[in-house]
Amino acid sequence: MQVSREEILHIAKLANLNLKEEEIDTYLLHLQDILNFANIVSNAPVDDLNESIGANDSYNVFRKDEIKVFEDNEALLQNAPEKERNMFKIPKVIQ
Amino acid sequence: MAKEDYEIVIGLEVHAELSTKTKIFCSCPTEFGAAPNTHTCPVCMAMPGALPVLNEKVVEYAVKAGLATNCSITKESKNDRKNYFYPDLPKSYQISQFDKPLCTNGQIDIEEDGTTKTIGITRIHIEEDAGKLNHNEFGSGSLVDLNRAGVPLIEIVSEPDMRSSKDAENYLRKIKSILEYIEVSDCKMQEGSLRADVNVSVRKIGCKEFGTRTEMKNMNSFRSIVRAIDYEAQRQIEVIENGGKIEQETLRWDDVSGKTFSMRDKEDAQDYRYFPEPDLVAIRLSDEYIESIRKNLPELPESRKKRYLEEYKLTEKEAKMLTASKYMSNLFENALKICGNAKAVANWLLSDVSRILNEKEIEPDQIPFTAEQLAKMIMLIEKGTISSAIGKKVLEELFENPKDPEKIIEEKGWIQISDEGAIKEIVMKILENNPQSIIDFKAGKDRALGFLVGQAMKETKGKANPKMLNDMFLEELNK
Amino acid sequence: MNITELTVHELQEKLKSKELTIEQITKAYVENIEKHEKDVQAFITPLKENALKQAQEIQEKIENKEITNSLAGIPIGIKDNICTKGVKTTCASKMLENFVAPYNATVMEKINNESMINLGKLNMDEFAMGASTEYSYFKKTRNPWNLNTVPGGSSGGSAAAVAANMVPWALGSDTGGSIRQPASFCGVVGLKPTYGLVSRYGLVAFASSLDQIGPITKDVQDAAILLNVIAGHDEKDSTSANKEKVDYTKALKNDVKGLKIGIPKEYFGEGINSEVKQSLEKAIETYKALGATVEEFSLNIADYALATYYIIACAEASSNLGRFDGIRYGYRTENYTDLKELFRNSRSEGFGAEVKRRIILGTYVLSSGYYDAYYKKAQQVRTLVKKEFDKAFEKYDVLLTPTSPTVAFEIGTRSNNPLEMYLADICTVSVNIAGLPGISIPCGVDSKGMPIGMQLIANKFEEETILNAAYTYEQKVKFRENYEPTFKGGAC
Repeated sequence: MQVSREEILHIAKLANLNLKEEEIDTYLLHLQDILNFANIVSNAPVDDLNESIGANDSYNVFRKDEIKVFEDNEALLQNAPEKERNMFKIPKVIQ
Repeated sequence: MAKEDYEIVIGLEVHAELSTKTKIFCSCPTEFGAAPNTHTCPVCMAMPGALPVLNEKVVEYAVKAGLATNCSITKESKNDRKNYFYPDLPKSYQISQFDKPLCTNGQIDIEEDGTTKTIGITRIHIEEDAGKLNHNEFGSGSLVDLNRAGVPLIEIVSEPDMRSSKDAENYLRKIKSILEYIEVSDCKMQEGSLRADVNVSVRKIGCKEFGTRTEMKNMNSFRSIVRAIDYEAQRQIEVIENGGKIEQETLRWDDVSGKTFSMRDKEDAQDYRYFPEPDLVAIRLSDEYIESIRKNLPELPESRKKRYLEEYKLTEKEAKMLTASKYMSNLFENALKICGNAKAVANWLLSDVSRILNEKEIEPDQIPFTAEQLAKMIMLIEKGTISSAIGKKVLEELFENPKDPEKIIEEKGWIQISDEGAIKEIVMKILENNPQSIIDFKAGKDRALGFLVGQAMKETKGKANPKMLNDMFLEELNK
Repeated sequence: MNITELTVHELQEKLKSKELTIEQITKAYVENIEKHEKDVQAFITPLKENALKQAQEIQEKIENKEITNSLAGIPIGIKDNICTKGVKTTCASKMLENFVAPYNATVMEKINNESMINLGKLNMDEFAMGASTEYSYFKKTRNPWNLNTVPGGSSGGSAAAVAANMVPWALGSDTGGSIRQPASFCGVVGLKPTYGLVSRYGLVAFASSLDQIGPITKDVQDAAILLNVIAGHDEKDSTSANKEKVDYTKALKNDVKGLKIGIPKEYFGEGINSEVKQSLEKAIETYKALGATVEEFSLNIADYALATYYIIACAEASSNLGRFDGIRYGYRTENYTDLKELFRNSRSEGFGAEVKRRIILGTYVLSSGYYDAYYKKAQQVRTLVKKEFDKAFEKYDVLLTPTSPTVAFEIGTRSNNPLEMYLADICTVSVNIAGLPGISIPCGVDSKGMPIGMQLIANKFEEETILNAAYTYEQKVKFRENYEPTFKGGAC
């Protein structure tokens, strides 16, 4: 599949990444290269096969509904770039 | 063309927080109202390397909800990631369910003016709630609190089967009542634990195709939902009548202005890139598991209503109103257990209690007093300790400052005067001050008696035993 | 006696016989780090002082008989994508340059429970995306066998540190070959366990359905010992297997008579360096001589598996790396006025080019309109790959392939062509796609003296089979006695 400039810009936006003008062509080229190779999967003989979710086929792994308090609550905010009143501070969001 | 030529089509996506002790993917408590970010851990804060583990109760509660709404339960189900960036979504994906929801294809009945209507339920799936953004009133930014992040939700998606705001209200009330009955959610709308995304479209009557719909997100009061639907339907009709086109978009309902507003700019068209959550494994439910939940399902409103008709001889309307809310219904049953007078408890709940709820614009789950307090109040009337007029005052007081009714009447000095001597004293005093009424009564004007009793009640601030007053006035007047 | 040349099981013996103390061992490693780090550049966060202090404490506790286990005081190096409480975990990214995890990964809890000593956090490709450790934000690690070549990746710091005797052993992580390929490039042993055998809790995720933590060691016995420590069910990881504990050292029987080895011929075809091929053929002859039966067969999934790997790994990565948004931790741009800019600029400035490239690829294959053609198809191919392996393991106990088509290449020669770099993972990725265990052990050197790795693959949870096969070969060939890193070449 041929990827357009608009498409890669749209994808970058979805991924919350900026692409600088001079980067766009390189990313486009690399993406196109890799996709051309990845297209091989469309020829794989997989017509009747289910989709794997992950590497193992286990199921029903559950946790009991029991409270365990994380002991080091303070450490959870120690890496925050900006905080206030034990909350993470961000630019004003108008909802 | 006029409004009458259009039909409104409504579908609801109801989000209910499940009343589990812990979050959906970690062991943090779900309790409402904790200090910011104190109910958090590496998992719900999306620390690098942290992994989710599914709470078994969440699956159980969702299956309960599915069975109570006549859904088919999906035996082989899974979780999926819904990817989007927002500061209240710490992983930048929400673990939800995409193409294999736990429950599908259900339905519930709603009633309006004696006719029953069936509303289809497309699906019920489990997912995690997001955190909360607090807006800094004084400072420059917003503040992220992740206590709510990871609280379990079920999303109940209806078919577009509702045709009026009243339908939507009835449907939501019914869903709320069912979830309360089966005890999977406390449905506290004021705390946001029950909220709905409302989809509205209009079409000309007779038209088979649906119109383009708009969506109003995160509505959490019945009143706003009704107003928003009515407003939005009218707006859409006007747009169409003026030759315009409805755009599919998300709107924000503003309660103050009573209008809807466009929420997102169009360039940010969402693409959630759903894919199976690789950190979790498949959910496989056996027939035995599903049947054991079905067997243990608590009594639902329909059957409770039937029981009220048969056991307590309540009217259809009374039974329906009482069972509409589990809180109301439980209050009824528990008070009844104590005082033994079904009719009296029903009357109090459906008249004065309901009136006060309406005045205060609150829901039955916000009633502050206990069944015991209500029952005691009723028993005090039956014993003649207070009059029913005082009973109404006690009830008002129970809403403001709930405590033992005996304490209330003692503190307020509302104990009924049933002492013959005291009553006689009052009667004599009122007669002395109202000679004209005696003349009127003797002249055959029965209304005079009522006037005299009223005066006596006024004099005693409602505390005199009205029957004794009545009897004693008659006795004196007929002397 | 050169302490740092000893394997861990040799160190254990010397400790037992009181020929050595914990402090001597730790000190020897700290000295060796000081000696070689300027050339090898394996560490992001060395913990030398800490390690010496810890050694002293543990030595005392051992003398007081407060600790009696046999791994107490043994040093280890940790790949820097494994969360260590109180010590930076950077994933070799500017994004996490100053990130201190608020909790320990489950494997770290296990390491700490053994009273082992963390010598430091080791370099890697940023977020484990790469095969040369050239994509580290901080430094390029060099291969101790030739300092002008790469150590492989993404666990290049771990493999180089083990090869250079800067740590006795290390933990790495493997998503598509990231333990095995650097082990092969550095002439050491690297084991990728069966998916689910080792808890991923606290391993910063690259691709959740492929990632596994595993040992990088000097020999096979050490790999078995370290696997004993880190394997086991963890209720914090839903994909962790609930299996009975096994003592992997008991599997080392030094006997492969009757072992059925399958040679998938597609892994010896075009693109495989001829010296690598020759070395592998020699190894096959050795196995025959040791009494194993060897048979060539066709496993025609290599290309599909590689394409599938890049689709699935990048799709999962694009989602896993969404959490790095500059709000709760990690790099935040200085250059923003609103939320949108905060998100985009933090991520664009905090991630390196390769990480962004994979996020873009992953976002693309999941986006509407392409999901079915790429992601869905890849998930089906995944099923196909599993089935093909299932078939192979009906006939064979072990599959034998090269670990990498080439030996270590020169720094800077491949990093400009991503696809070429990706193609080099051809031998290792299908093992991750199918969730199988794979081990790389050295099987010789090329004409320039660079190590060549052989990969042994077994069916799920059959680690014992490949450990024994690898051990038996190692006992016969004695690679470590014949070759050692030369630290030749120089600072570029």
